[in-house]
Amino acid sequence: MSYIARPKVSHPALARNDLGLTMRDYEGGMSTLCAGCGHDSITGSLIQAVFELSIPPHRMAKLSGIGCSSKTPAYFASSSHGFNSVHGRMPSVATGAAAVNGDLQYIGVSGDGDSLSIGIGQFVHAMRRNLNMLYLIEDNGVYGLTKGQFSASADAGSTAKRGEVNEQPAIDPCLLAIAAGCGFVARGFSGDRAQLVPLLKAGLSHRGFAMIDVISPCVTFNDHEGSTKSYRFTRENAFPIDHTDFIPPEAEIKADIGRGESQRVELHGGGSILLRKLAREYDIGDRGEAYRYLDARQGKGEVVTGLLFLQEGGADMHELSRLGETPLADLPYGRLCPGPDALAELQNRLR
Amino acid sequence: MQPTDIRNPDYFHRVVDCQWGCPAHTDVPEYIRLIAQGRYADAYMLNRQSNVFPAILGRVCDRPCEPACRRGRVEDKPVAICRLKRVAADLRGDIDHRLPQAPDEKNGKRVALIGAGCASLTVANDLAPLGYELVMYELLDKPGGLMRSNIPAFRLPVEVLDEEMDQILRMGIDLRLGQGVASMKDLLDNGGYDAVFVGTGAPKGKELNLPGRHDTQSVHIGIEWLESVAFGHLDSIGERVLIIGVGNTAMDCCRTSLRLGAKDVKVMARKPRGFFKASDWELEDAEEERVEIVVNHSPKEFVVEGGKLKGMVFELMEYDIDEAGKIAASRVAGEQFIPCDEVILAIGQDTAFPWVERDIGIEFDQWEVPVVDRVTYQSTRAGVFFGGDAAFGPENIIWAVEHGHQAAISIHKHCQGEPIAERMPAGMNLLAAKMGIHEWSYSNDYDAASRRAMQHMSLEKRFRKLDIEVELGFTPEQAAREAERCLNCDIQTVFEAPLCIECDACVDICPVHCLTIAPNGEEEELRERLTAPARNLDQPLYVSAELPQTGRVMVKDEDLCVHCGLCAERCPTAAWDMQKSELLVPYARHEATARPPMGSARRKEPQFDEGAGQVRSAA
Repeated sequence: MSYIARPKVSHPALARNDLGLTMRDYEGGMSTLCAGCGHDSITGSLIQAVFELSIPPHRMAKLSGIGCSSKTPAYFASSSHGFNSVHGRMPSVATGAAAVNGDLQYIGVSGDGDSLSIGIGQFVHAMRRNLNMLYLIEDNGVYGLTKGQFSASADAGSTAKRGEVNEQPAIDPCLLAIAAGCGFVARGFSGDRAQLVPLLKAGLSHRGFAMIDVISPCVTFNDHEGSTKSYRFTRENAFPIDHTDFIPPEAEIKADIGRGESQRVELHGGGSILLRKLAREYDIGDRGEAYRYLDARQGKGEVVTGLLFLQEGGADMHELSRLGETPLADLPYGRLCPGPDALAELQNRLR
Repeated sequence: MQPTDIRNPDYFHRVVDCQWGCPAHTDVPEYIRLIAQGRYADAYMLNRQSNVFPAILGRVCDRPCEPACRRGRVEDKPVAICRLKRVAADLRGDIDHRLPQAPDEKNGKRVALIGAGCASLTVANDLAPLGYELVMYELLDKPGGLMRSNIPAFRLPVEVLDEEMDQILRMGIDLRLGQGVASMKDLLDNGGYDAVFVGTGAPKGKELNLPGRHDTQSVHIGIEWLESVAFGHLDSIGERVLIIGVGNTAMDCCRTSLRLGAKDVKVMARKPRGFFKASDWELEDAEEERVEIVVNHSPKEFVVEGGKLKGMVFELMEYDIDEAGKIAASRVAGEQFIPCDEVILAIGQDTAFPWVERDIGIEFDQWEVPVVDRVTYQSTRAGVFFGGDAAFGPENIIWAVEHGHQAAISIHKHCQGEPIAERMPAGMNLLAAKMGIHEWSYSNDYDAASRRAMQHMSLEKRFRKLDIEVELGFTPEQAAREAERCLNCDIQTVFEAPLCIECDACVDICPVHCLTIAPNGEEEELRERLTAPARNLDQPLYVSAELPQTGRVMVKDEDLCVHCGLCAERCPTAAWDMQKSELLVPYARHEATARPPMGSARRKEPQFDEGAGQVRSAA
């Protein structure tokens, strides 16, 4: 954290997006996280992604639960909608918000504690419901706000800063997501922005639930020798299986297309992604293979990163629940509140 | 790219744009901080070390520091560096006890200083405290050179000039007024001097030999005319005056004309705006006084009837400007007669050495400019040195001061029988600026305030007398506000690659996007790959060694850094740190004691300007 706010002065030649905004227009308040926190770097990547996608700030809603990670929405896009909810209950709030206004771009930011311990039920059901949102887990393997206890994503055999060894197996949010029917499953690393930013852009453009587990080292409690979520360990053991490029709807495709190892996937939310295989040995749309492959690789201590599983075209919550397309906020008052006669008629039907 | 060698004093010096731009390398950010703290006397003394004449330069310096100021790139207006210098001078109080003094015991060496202008005075300032016996020859009746004769009193009050000259002259300088040197040969053969310094300026105004020029008494050479005014020989002028030329001398001529009674003053420029030699601020000041600047008029002839000047004929010029902003072609589109009563020529000035014989080993080039070494300021004759405008033609006061400092070192070495080209190198201190977790030894927050405007004497009052100073100076409050605009460029961002864990915290927090972690490459290509492309090629990239985890490098584009220190605050491993750089410039006194300057760590350094005067070692 810093005492002075980030000065308002900016680079005079700063790039502008289609809306005429600069990256600085997508900033939020000053982070109060520890200096060097992976979460801040993810915030930086998020700012870059929403800037490059030219998402109007007032068309975004940022939601979070409780924890270091859940402070993130305060640190970007300060002119967007935001809701900092109860611990582990962000998916419910997101569900309610999305139900009444499906037009907003929902970005949920959670952590390994918020999503894999107290909120694991909500997390799984949000995936099952296929809520149309980008869901980030800022995953550092520890409870930072309570001084560094192991979280549910801490690997068995890794140690805490004071030396205790974690004996319980980790819950891997990616395996969980694949098993729970999530249509977009990816893993990134806060320290690899070249990989993370395109994943975020793809996730934002995917219609349905896009889950990205982002390894985000806790610089205060979990960046030490015995950690498997440190900057050094992740850099040494990261195993990127593919490279994702997000291609905006109208853009011409130049990169790598036609080469045997590339694959273009149209996204239902607009645009497409170009996947370049680095080490993936399975079909990205095969749920069973994806699960087996990840499980085997991670058994060897590798941190598999990239877009791990993708299934386009699944019905999202709006379709499944046959919700109206028009946000409630846009309905004329007469339809939103049809009056006492309509109420009486409804009640009569239920007598 | 190779990792940047920050041990080379030039690297961080260059980041301090103002100090790098100042010929005398005045430590601008440090004196601005002293002003912000209300330590005006300390700010004055710090200035005096390098530029010798803070009160004079705080009014009339050509201020190369201001166009260089980083603030001018970050927003549009630079810090008002020059006028802050004047604040230090205006509010300094009594500093006499801190001025250098000459020792009672002399060192037995005699040096002649020819001309009593800023260059000679600087040599005297540096050599008198070392025990030299100095004889200063001056053609005119008063010392000061162009500072007195060419700069009008409404810009530089005589008292201010006298006071700062007196700080030097009172060290026992043998000032011989009204005594020009008629023969250099005679001086060298019979003067008994161990060295001679020539600081005679560029006293010859350029002529404009057009038809009618010499048929009237109403055409004057600018610098001669200004001198006549300054010495009280002239106190009136005709109603309609044309000034030919649009340099800073022209600005002084037009404004002086107004004060002598002219009603209609036009400055005639051959070229369009943007091609003028005058500084922008001098143009502004003249136009504020309703001087008309007429562009694209090239003088053709003086119209004189019966010995009386009627006016001038000008050719009306048209120019084609190319994409680079240069004049590609010009043509004459017509002629115009402009009536006037008097004309002042302000089209440049030259050096003049009729008194230097050409057969005494002092060589001159084809333009009659002496051949002078750019480092030692020695002519082709050992023991004869040139400085100021006399050395390389017209420049400005601050260059003359720097020439004086360097010539003083050479003169000292020459007199002591040391090789004059072997000079003490400049050094650089780096001092921690961290005072606490979020505390720095400087005001690191960016202050968005805009440049304070200088208040001027009202137009009704300023013309009543010739010597009413126009600029009123900043108040302490205005100075404090303006000081906060300084970006503290000398508080350097210093990077230790082995400590970096590549968490991106610094890259994300930098408000001006000057940091990037990227694979190394060639400079040209790397400049385009940065967070914000580094397209100002005048500003260096600071490239680290390979980072431990990925082998990439940290690159900083120095161009727009506002030195807020957030990179260092955000760095979890203190790989980024803020450190104050302090340029250590050797002067003659350092050469004399063979002790390099030590700057803030100056406890053992002999002090002239910090303590009670005499050379002494602080206990």
